[in-house]
Amino acid sequence: MSFRPIFEAHNWDDVKASIYAKTAADVERALAAPRRTLEDFKALISPAAVPYLEQMARLSQQLTRKRFGNTVQLYVPLYLSNECQNICTYCGFSLDNKIRRRTLSSVEILQEAQVLKAWGYEHVLLVTGEANQTVGVDYLEKALHTLRPHFAHLSMEVQPLDEEEYERLIPAGLNTVLVYQETYHQQDYKKHHPKGKKSNFHYRLDTPDRLGRAGIHKMGLGVLFGLEDWRTDSFYTALHLDYLERTYWQTKYSLSFPRLRPAEGLLQPKVEMSDRELVQLICAYRLLNEEVELSISTRETPTFRDNIIRLGITSISAGSKTNPGGYAVAPESLEQFEISDERTPKEIAGMIRRQGYEPVWKDWDTALAPAPI
Amino acid sequence: MKTQPLIIAGRTFTSRLFTGTGKFSSAALMEEALLASGSELVTVALKRVDVSDTNDDILRHLGHPQFHLLPNTSGVRTAKEAVFAAQLAREALETNWLKLEIHPDPKYLLPDPVETLKAAEELVKLGFVVLPYIHADPVLCKRLEEVGVAAVMPLGSPIGSNKGLLTRDFLEIIIGQSKVPVVVDAGIGAPSHAAAAMEMGADAVLVNTAIAVAGQPVHMAQAFQMAVEAGRMAYEARLAVPVAHAEASSPLTAFLD
Ligand code: SF4
Repeated sequence: MSFRPIFEAHNWDDVKASIYAKTAADVERALAAPRRTLEDFKALISPAAVPYLEQMARLSQQLTRKRFGNTVQLYVPLYLSNECQNICTYCGFSLDNKIRRRTLSSVEILQEAQVLKAWGYEHVLLVTGEANQTVGVDYLEKALHTLRPHFAHLSMEVQPLDEEEYERLIPAGLNTVLVYQETYHQQDYKKHHPKGKKSNFHYRLDTPDRLGRAGIHKMGLGVLFGLEDWRTDSFYTALHLDYLERTYWQTKYSLSFPRLRPAEGLLQPKVEMSDRELVQLICAYRLLNEEVELSISTRETPTFRDNIIRLGITSISAGSKTNPGGYAVAPESLEQFEISDERTPKEIAGMIRRQGYEPVWKDWDTALAPAPI
Repeated sequence: MKTQPLIIAGRTFTSRLFTGTGKFSSAALMEEALLASGSELVTVALKRVDVSDTNDDILRHLGHPQFHLLPNTSGVRTAKEAVFAAQLAREALETNWLKLEIHPDPKYLLPDPVETLKAAEELVKLGFVVLPYIHADPVLCKRLEEVGVAAVMPLGSPIGSNKGLLTRDFLEIIIGQSKVPVVVDAGIGAPSHAAAAMEMGADAVLVNTAIAVAGQPVHMAQAFQMAVEAGRMAYEARLAVPVAHAEASSPLTAFLD
């Protein structure tokens, strides 16, 4: 059992055409429906929904408050390594970029961790490139062991792993895995990932199934906006999420919305996604799914982030550095992409409070996860 | 417009009205009503039929090619008894389909979730196509799905109560997240209840008492047939829904201008 047969039953061009064919009547029906279907979602992300944006935002705000209350979770990325054996046309860590590579040692990881702890963080997202020799599963396991005693919730955004590898990392303290498909457009996926393990589209597509079978507590999905038509890609994400929720029903899910940002050696985005479109998408996901966590990173501008937390977002990062050692060890090394919101975690927490929300630093406890070994 | 057929365990049904065979005043009237209903899946209580008698009154009246028999285990109180009854039914009625019913409580006939899950797991392993009768419990439905049942049959309200969809909120969750067909069973007392279940997106309904004890069971069977079809057609055609006006406050999207 996997998502693949469902994926293969959908043709990219047909999906795209059906989204763009949605009418105002479809949008109105979707807005009024007590429970929304994937067809309703198509209407909500279609160009026909643009005039309904304010109405979508109000509904999205209501639904988010109903489920999550007036709270916003805070998390922070911790880049462990910028070594990478892949070529990705949009990433500063890509193998063909001549940058200094470094991978943090356990001592350095702890130094970084101290800064994050001092800021108050309990939810940390570990990030690496894909270099199985240096940052393979052994390294990741060790990093989890190193950090486990210091944080309540550990997430990971690294290369896709085998099921047994996830089974090994979960008892070592892994709570959440984020794995973005980047794009569900199979042919163009190849163009953006010409070399390295990441060019295997299907291995990546099957990753959430491997995670689900391994029993992960939470997983995050998404695509990278800028590669392909964002509406079509977002529909596939919703389709994937729908399948996963039905199948691995004990797992929690989150969605992220990375838009292409400037980075070393980067290609120009093929498609630009405006702020207005991103708001439309976030609200559409909330209207489709009341339970899913929606996350926004420091890729976005301060103004955008200040306003978006009232529209459906439930978790946000702050103070982020996207280079290994960026917090304490080597603040000047090359980052994966430029961030847009440079405010400190304290400033962000203050902003959240001013918006009428409570910043939540800890929303998990190791006692609830499988016992660390 | 033709509504989509329903497929359960590889078998296709054009009618989404499933029926029961209890409580009719005669087997002949039962036969007439079930034929009028258009039903293709008919549940029969193992305890009611004499499987050693090829001329059993009920079975004799069900011998039409369109009727697919669904023996049920009504009367058993434990998983162990259910497995035993299932094996008997399979042999006697030559079908591996089974409506799994375990109710230790003789008063309200409420299903036992713990024993039902246990029995379902065992019966699936034994090669049965299991359709369990259960409370409208979304988590139990997922657990049953995982052990491999072919459909789930949550109750709308207490069996025989004719009260309709008292469990609506839970049925909505079950329908929303199920990977197997959802058959609303028990409590459906009027065609409007059946139509409502179908409009909600239930895959089928099972009706017995409401037809069997109606003043005119044959007419009532037809009324249910029409209601189920209408409800399904409405679901597939996608209902218009009342518009909820969001309260006015300062615009949330003004920052985009
Ligand atoms: S996106 Fe990931 S895999 Fe691709 S180059 Fe960057 S770090 Fe490597």
